[in-house]
Amino acid sequence: MEIMDFTAVKLGEKIKNGEIGVREALDAALERIEKQDGLLHAFITVDREKAVRTAEKIQEEIRSKKELSPLAGVPAAVKDNICIKGMKTTCASKMLGNFIPAYTAEAVSNLEQAGALILGKTNMDEFAMGSTTETSAFGPTRNPWDTDRVPGGSSGGSCAAVSSGECSFALGSDTGGSIRQPSSYCGVCGIKPTYGTVSRYGLIAYGSSLDQIGPVAKTVEDCAAILDVISSHDAKDSTSMEREYGFYNSLSDDIRGMKIGLPRDYFTEGLDPDVKKNILDAVYVLREKGASVEEFDLGYVKYAIPAYYTIADAEASSNLERFDGIKYGYRAKEYEGLHQLYKKSRSEGFGEEVKRRILLGSFVLSSGYYDAYYLKALKVKALIKKAWDDAFEKFDVVVAPAAPTAAPKLGESLADPMKMYLSDIYTVSVNLAGLPGLSVPCGKDRNGLPVGIQFIGNCFEEKKILRAGYVFQKEHPYEGVKGGSCHAATGKLQPEGQGVKGGSCHAATGKLQPEGQGVKGGSCHGKIL
Amino acid sequence: MGKNTISDETIDYAGILAKLELSPEEKEKAKKDMEQMLDYIDEMNELDTSGVIPMVHVFRTNNVFREDIVTNHDAHGDMLGNAPEEKDHFWKVPRTFTE
Repeated sequence: MEIMDFTAVKLGEKIKNGEIGVREALDAALERIEKQDGLLHAFITVDREKAVRTAEKIQEEIRSKKELSPLAGVPAAVKDNICIKGMKTTCASKMLGNFIPAYTAEAVSNLEQAGALILGKTNMDEFAMGSTTETSAFGPTRNPWDTDRVPGGSSGGSCAAVSSGECSFALGSDTGGSIRQPSSYCGVCGIKPTYGTVSRYGLIAYGSSLDQIGPVAKTVEDCAAILDVISSHDAKDSTSMEREYGFYNSLSDDIRGMKIGLPRDYFTEGLDPDVKKNILDAVYVLREKGASVEEFDLGYVKYAIPAYYTIADAEASSNLERFDGIKYGYRAKEYEGLHQLYKKSRSEGFGEEVKRRILLGSFVLSSGYYDAYYLKALKVKALIKKAWDDAFEKFDVVVAPAAPTAAPKLGESLADPMKMYLSDIYTVSVNLAGLPGLSVPCGKDRNGLPVGIQFIGNCFEEKKILRAGYVFQKEHPYEGVKGGSCHAATGKLQPEGQGVKGGSCHAATGKLQPEGQGVKGGSCHGKIL
Repeated sequence: MGKNTISDETIDYAGILAKLELSPEEKEKAKKDMEQMLDYIDEMNELDTSGVIPMVHVFRTNNVFREDIVTNHDAHGDMLGNAPEEKDHFWKVPRTFTE
């Protein structure tokens, strides 16, 4: 097995016991990035020098038998809306210019203290506004399973980087599904924790009452280990909660007696039949392992999206006011006076989707409309929370799709923003209610594209959803992009064994195959294509 | 066809609030986008929310206070390094007060 095919926890073990050197692991990750990222574009920034320095430091700590976390030396990536001191942060926007944060986000500090090897910053939808990573000002990221398709969003770069073995794990952020949906599209695991679990200090805010940072990795086990590291009570985040952790140690094989709910109102038209089949097959597995599964009506499903977009856009319009061309970031070249500086800088710096959401957000908060829109949405939010509270009276865990379909093709989604918003139907209400949600790969659709199943728990009950996901994944182990690999030129998935001529990508091994031989091990070479 | 119609006045007003300057084409598109989104948001009016308390935060939140002591003096250089225009260790900005 190649170094980048190991799970984060397994790689951590091998690094700790000296089987694999930290520098060796780093070089393996950088090699994958070098070979594949020209095509995939999962990364915006790769800081090789800093990573090399960190690798040397951690190797020394291992040598001196210092007590280290299970993630020491493991190569990781961070979504580019999370600040790291001294490393350019863009939020995939021109608006931040060459902004270099003067401080590091708490979640990343926690990772650094645990000895994780940060490679760089991943691509995303601009300011986390989008569901495909196509609103990035620096170009989209491609899905490693089919490079003519999107990786999902807004944490598309993080999910594609993990899926293609460019890093062992990554951090994403989730406001309306931005970890769970791209995890589903890219065939990896991702978890959005209970609101307040991971400090938002250093996360560039989109919807402050909804945002959470969370891990993306190959396995549920990895996600649990990473969540333990990044979670903390932080006085610098006034919404940070004091709570229990111990997620990794709570993993067990036993879900006998676990009561699982299946919301009937999620399984209606609009849900792709292949996704539905995969979810129901997964539910069958859970039943076989001793869980009881019962259908129920969640309620208010169709109102989650209007409530979400009203609230998120309102909060975003306020949060993004700080980008004004004054203290940092992009400043227009020509302006007459202060107000023009503001307007021109913002209008030139922000992309179309961001401007759309800021306009709507400003409008729904404005005098005369505030009650009808914003307050109304907050009342609907309260009703949605109550519906979830009622569900968790009866159930330990609720199971749902992460998205209505597998990954769409590049260029299909932006023409109709409303349609793109509707793809968030299974994820947004989880953010509105502050609940934890875990996405685990559970199968493929008719085109061979990954489908994820979502485990949703009550507030602070990550352990239940992690356990359910862990048990499920034992029966349905993680599968990298093997055999069927992607070919950018045709977008067609090649059947196993036939290989892809001329260079193509294979997430699992990242090795370049000479022209004509086809991709057996598989690899991708951005420059050929 | 939706029920909401956004006038030029309204989109200009939203633009002032958002501190955004839209070209005529952008304005037309923004009007249509906003009409479409408001039509969709209006669906929330199907719900009877009388007596429901608006929920901003899921959990009780309290103000978190600390002593007003500067702890990051040494970050000044890093922060100033991001200034679009700088003069004598200050951020340079257009005049804020006119006659």
